[in-house]
Amino acid sequence: MEDIQLLETIEKYLLGELSDQERTQFDVIRQKSADIDQMVVEHKLFLDQMGTYAKRKNVVHTSQHVFSTLLANGEWAPIEAAAEPAKVLQLWSKYKKVIAIAASFGGFFAIFTSIIVMYLSPSLNGSQLLQLSKAVEVIKKDQQAQGHILNEVKTKVPENAKLISGGSGFLIDTKGYIITNAHVLKGNGAIVINSKGQELNATIIYSDITNDLALLKIEDKDYKQPKAIPYAIRRKISDLGEEIFTLGFPRNDNDIVYGKGYLSAQTGYEGDSSSYQIQISANPGYSGAPIFNSNGELIGVISTRQKLAEGVAFAVKSTEIIDVVNALKDNERTKDINIKLPKFTSSASRSRKAQLDNLKNFMYSVRSFN
Amino acid sequence: MKAELNEQALLKGLAQNDSKAVETLYKSHFTMIQHFVENNNGSFDDARDIFQEAMIALYEKVQLDSFVLTCQIKTYLFSICKHLWLKRLQQMGKYSSPLSAHEESISVEMDMGQIEKKDAAFAIMDRALNSLGEPCKSLLEGYYLNKKGMQELASQFGYTNADNAKNQKYKCLMRLKKLFFAQYNIGD
Repeated sequence: MEDIQLLETIEKYLLGELSDQERTQFDVIRQKSADIDQMVVEHKLFLDQMGTYAKRKNVVHTSQHVFSTLLANGEWAPIEAAAEPAKVLQLWSKYKKVIAIAASFGGFFAIFTSIIVMYLSPSLNGSQLLQLSKAVEVIKKDQQAQGHILNEVKTKVPENAKLISGGSGFLIDTKGYIITNAHVLKGNGAIVINSKGQELNATIIYSDITNDLALLKIEDKDYKQPKAIPYAIRRKISDLGEEIFTLGFPRNDNDIVYGKGYLSAQTGYEGDSSSYQIQISANPGYSGAPIFNSNGELIGVISTRQKLAEGVAFAVKSTEIIDVVNALKDNERTKDINIKLPKFTSSASRSRKAQLDNLKNFMYSVRSFN
Repeated sequence: MKAELNEQALLKGLAQNDSKAVETLYKSHFTMIQHFVENNNGSFDDARDIFQEAMIALYEKVQLDSFVLTCQIKTYLFSICKHLWLKRLQQMGKYSSPLSAHEESISVEMDMGQIEKKDAAFAIMDRALNSLGEPCKSLLEGYYLNKKGMQELASQFGYTNADNAKNQKYKCLMRLKKLFFAQYNIGD
């Protein structure tokens, strides 16, 4: 209790809240006690710092508040809306590192929400399931409208190629093998974009429509092989209620997006034993994104979303990835491919932030074209 | 002369956290920065972040004892943004060619050195506060940042009386000071 009173007095002394008499008394105490004098000096420094901190914090707050108010009032035209021809090239230069056509997803989300565009998989109950790949018709339309601009932008998509579909993917072998959804690869060619926005050429190695998994290989001189992949592919079934998270590229600006949820059923749509039901806010473009458990082990691949229940999604089980890799052996064309699936999870003990920072280096946005 | 006076008034407003002044700065200069960042491999969000940082840098600059602004606010903000964006691009390994810019700029290296020290002190306090956990963080913020009285804080946090809240605040403060001084070096 004494210490509290002492500190309180010091604080009042420093803030000039003591009466003249008290102040004189306290000055005497300070002179007599080196310890108390030291406490005063230290606390003054601390209060000064706290004051500086508080003032700056308030300025940051005001600045953020003013910015969002002005933005909401339409003070600055958002990028898509600023369509004056003179500005178009400037705006497009932003996408140099990304992919030209990424911008043409622009109008997609509005249409998506009104469920005009729906991609139906023949092997599934089409009226209830909505695949999460980015809508194609819209891309095509936008592409035609903006075709003359696309040619101005350097991209690894071949000239005159039409972007057909897109989604997310992730590395399963440092040599550049990427797993994504089969439905993400509707075209016959593909490129991938890493989380830094760098485009890389890729070839489609294998596609399994039934399990909705596909294998790509990066074949690009700019690809830098990482030393090791920080997540193991889980070989067992995961538990109900397990906390999960994902990283994918659902947005048209190609920024990586983190999502969190839980495993809500050990089987998928209508009891499908090759997938899980998960509770996560899955957006289009999450198709092919990995699902990790809280240890950082890879347990599945996001695939489809049930149309009516928001937040409900399905994920192909990680064991199916192992099946895909094994299936390569049975095919004359692919039997020499030697994929070493990662066996160790190295990101488990880190904080989620550090974990994501590491994981994002192994995540890719996938684009398919014809 | 009138324009110069206005600029001084704006800086004074910024120093006093006057939202009108902040708004004027955004309205007059953000578009310029948006164009600059977007023309140099950045996005709208990047421009927002860079401008925000530059505003804080300007605020810190105004706080400095030696403060004299030898150019227009516009030029100064642009110069800081250019400096910050160049640094960001280099960190991302994206910088290859000289930035394209149409605005004139001045060297802000000296200022940035001083401002970075302020940034560091701010970051230390921020980290210390954030690692306290609740309710300590909010309690101390309520007292030192929002200048609320002990009685008010007691009822806000559900303490039965102001003395208990004061007791708790004291414990939290001790922890915060320990965390803060563990990283803060006097004189540097």
